[in-house]
Amino acid sequence: MSVETPLISDFQPFPSASTEGSLAGVRVGVVTFPGTLDDRDAMRAVRLAGGTAISLWHGDHDLRGVDAVIIPGGFSYGDYLRAGAISRFAPLMEQITAAATGGPGALPVLGICNGFQVLTEAHLLPGSMIKNNSLHFLCRDQRLRVENADTLWTSDYAAGEEIVVPLKNQDGQFVADEHTLDELEGEGRVVFRYVGENPNGSRRDIAGISNAAGNVVGLMPHPEHAVEPGFGPDSSARGEVDLRGGTDGLGIFTSVLKKLVG
Amino acid sequence: MSKKFNIDTVANAEATPGQALPWAELGLKQNEYDRVVEILGRRPTGAELAMYSVMWSEHCSYKSSKVHLRQFGDKVTDAMKEHLLVGIGENAGVVDIGDGWAVTFKVESHNHPSFVEPYQGAATGVGGIVRDIISMGARPVAVMDPLRFGAIDHPDTARLVHGIVAGIGGYGNSLGLPNIGGEVVFDSSYQGNPLVNALAVGVLRHEDIRLANASGVGNRVVLFGARTGGDGIGGASVLASESFDDAKPSKRPAVQVGDPFAEKVLIECCLELFKASVVEGIQDLGAAGISCATSELASNGDGGMHVELTKVLLRDPTLTPGEILMSESQERMMAVVTPANAAAFEAIMDKWNVEYSWLGEVTDTGRLIIEWDGETIVDVDPRTVAHDGPVYERPYHRPVWLDGVQADSFKGSSTDLRAAVLDLMSSPNMCSKDWVTNQFDRYVQGNTALAMPDDAGVIRVDEETGLGVALSTDANGRYSYLNPYEGARLALAEAYRNVATSGAKPLAVTDCLNFGSPEDPEVMWQFAETVRGLADACQELGVPVTGGNVSLYNQTGGVAIHPTPVVGVLGVFDDVARRTPSGWREDGQAIYLLGTTRNELDGSEWANLRGHLGGTPPVVDLAAEKTLAAVLVNSSRDGMIDAAHDLSEGGLAAALSEAALRFGVGARIGIDELCERDGIDAFTALFSESQGRAIVSVPRSEEVRFNDMCTARNYPTLRIGVVDTENSALDVQGHFTLPLAELKEAHEGTLPKHFA
Repeated sequence: MSVETPLISDFQPFPSASTEGSLAGVRVGVVTFPGTLDDRDAMRAVRLAGGTAISLWHGDHDLRGVDAVIIPGGFSYGDYLRAGAISRFAPLMEQITAAATGGPGALPVLGICNGFQVLTEAHLLPGSMIKNNSLHFLCRDQRLRVENADTLWTSDYAAGEEIVVPLKNQDGQFVADEHTLDELEGEGRVVFRYVGENPNGSRRDIAGISNAAGNVVGLMPHPEHAVEPGFGPDSSARGEVDLRGGTDGLGIFTSVLKKLVG
Repeated sequence: MSKKFNIDTVANAEATPGQALPWAELGLKQNEYDRVVEILGRRPTGAELAMYSVMWSEHCSYKSSKVHLRQFGDKVTDAMKEHLLVGIGENAGVVDIGDGWAVTFKVESHNHPSFVEPYQGAATGVGGIVRDIISMGARPVAVMDPLRFGAIDHPDTARLVHGIVAGIGGYGNSLGLPNIGGEVVFDSSYQGNPLVNALAVGVLRHEDIRLANASGVGNRVVLFGARTGGDGIGGASVLASESFDDAKPSKRPAVQVGDPFAEKVLIECCLELFKASVVEGIQDLGAAGISCATSELASNGDGGMHVELTKVLLRDPTLTPGEILMSESQERMMAVVTPANAAAFEAIMDKWNVEYSWLGEVTDTGRLIIEWDGETIVDVDPRTVAHDGPVYERPYHRPVWLDGVQADSFKGSSTDLRAAVLDLMSSPNMCSKDWVTNQFDRYVQGNTALAMPDDAGVIRVDEETGLGVALSTDANGRYSYLNPYEGARLALAEAYRNVATSGAKPLAVTDCLNFGSPEDPEVMWQFAETVRGLADACQELGVPVTGGNVSLYNQTGGVAIHPTPVVGVLGVFDDVARRTPSGWREDGQAIYLLGTTRNELDGSEWANLRGHLGGTPPVVDLAAEKTLAAVLVNSSRDGMIDAAHDLSEGGLAAALSEAALRFGVGARIGIDELCERDGIDAFTALFSESQGRAIVSVPRSEEVRFNDMCTARNYPTLRIGVVDTENSALDVQGHFTLPLAELKEAHEGTLPKHFA
């Protein structure tokens, strides 16, 4: 039994910003676990980028034919044990893991915040997230540098480009052993790095990483909250000050859509 | 263990009329206990006593405040009801915002639990108000938290600040609700009694409104969500309805413990129940737990209910029936479901892995019967529990000390205005609250159009049209201490002004009235004056109170807090894209001051900084506030202003500083013409807290139109300066220049210095 759009049942869809080309033909699945919070926002981001967002339920055994998957932010299962530690056992995670590790043409997967934590727990990405070094939940607009613009999720950016997207989490400190960190650096798998003051103590200022194949990316800050003028951060990396006008996160979603169309 | 441990049945109560019961320990007074015996015609069972004790507590029954609160209903005109879909008396009021959309919102207190156990107290305060919103049939879309602590440097303050802020964040962030505003105030009057108020707002379609009643004989009653545990027993009575006293034992067991994950699942599960139309009536379990839910549902519906209490799923199997009835375990809901919908209900519970138990059914007997393993332990008329509690006409009189306080006007001034501005902006109440608000998620749901530090929080409701709402909460305990009638009107005026400053049309009011002990006639007078002032002001501004909460006994020993009526105002936007931020951005825009400045420093932040509290608060002119609001809303809608910031605590000095720091853009300001026009000195111009004022930035191309509008409405305006992006400073010409970097450092350093 498949369950339709569990968390967005009362959500009014609206026309996507772009209808050109066949971006709308690209189906991006957004997974909802119990306790997921930013699923509706990730779906909105996919639509604003021009794609078609598909709601996926953690308990299902079917990826519904999606071309890519986003595991959004939140506190799945309350994060009471370890962030992501229970979600990774969800039936749908088996499907995602199998599809994401299938060699060339493997399923593109993006984990944002709690989604990144789920991906590390599922061993699709190395390392782990521990509590912020401030010991507090931290919400702020965060400047990042795109270190690798060759992944499926970053190709619309230039390497070295800086972006501003909201950061909001409690367990955002990325840690891994020195060997793993060296490997990530050496293989160009550090995809995003914090610029300026490190917000949470993450090793080597790492904000996002990819797997060796480059199809699976995890990112702690929230690009889906910097996609719509009027509802994003007050600034963009270009230094313009605008009232919640920052849309620097949109490139993440357009990247994967264009790659999949191409 | 047998379920039949020492059960005090109705039969047993009849057989043992002389048995002593612990009614005093449960918070009942002698006359109240006698009344229970009179109603029942016998002594109550232990379970009945538990129910009456919590439901007749001050917190649940409003027994001291009821006679005054009637004014909120009595003073509502038909015109004020125009947008009201559900008024006072339900879980929360519901307001029509157009296009078939409705908004429900309410503010509540969780003061006492938060003092005893800051993290859990504050967390469950968020949880409780959010369940009120869900039970109206709405999706919660935002929260706000007006907070008041003791002196910033008192040794106990850090414990409370850390725990309360983390608790609000821990719970609210996990629910996926943006926190869009609130207040953080420090004042030694709240030392032994911090105020933790929580506001939630939800949206729904008109047709989705749900009410809490149990109708339809034979319909089934179900309890779902978290299991019932031993936490929060007596939370409403012995904790929330008594003053703190060092001599008494710790009340920690009366504090509830929250599980935000369970609540998040409960939200989604309830919304799915509503969408599938499988519940007839629904009630959240908050204060007084199952006692409240069963008696209110039954008395608001067909009048009867039959419940088997052993069916309640427990965390702790040793709980007694009385404890089960009194427990305030969180994340629970009770619903009434037709037998035909039972299977559909169960399927939705199973999908979300929510536990449930069918407790009984609706009857038309007029009795609430609760059985324990087949034996009757409660047999009452539910109305006597839920609605017929005691009502007191508490004596009150104007405090004798008030004349002396009001005669003691503030005389101080300062000639070093630059230093004075820095002092003000780094003071505990005027400093940046980023350290607090950065611990809350303001982005989630993607509809936040404004949040802290702007004047109001703004949330988009309809993604296609941009229809949305603005919310602001305000109170000034010092003003209310000096004059509670005017203080209440000032609180409403400020919240109303804040909402209009953001560009929204004010529509409705919620309030949380925080006071000391009602048994003190002077406190009771403050309360009576506050309600009178607020009800009058609502009538004058044409905005109805839709719901709220009264929190009494906010005192430790004999010292009460300042009377603190927290007023929340809801406004509506046709399109949130038209919202106005509090800071300017564009070089060369003209800065105007709206309103008149008088020498009104009594009760001000500046006087507070100098340790002075006396005199009379600023004059309130609600007709002027109405005009100012119309000017602000029209200017925003017609694109005549790019920024607007209200003048309140800290006066013009604070407003200019905050408007400059909002986007880090400076300004050149001249105040000499203002001083001449209003007959005041420069210090007064900057620090007076005269009402009915705001600053706006106007694009050059709009100046004529803007001035014409203000002239047509006969509202005083004065061009006091210009936005200056070149010079990163607040330059008050002829008086001082403050580089924004220096101002920012002073403004943002205070909270981290004390708490980081």
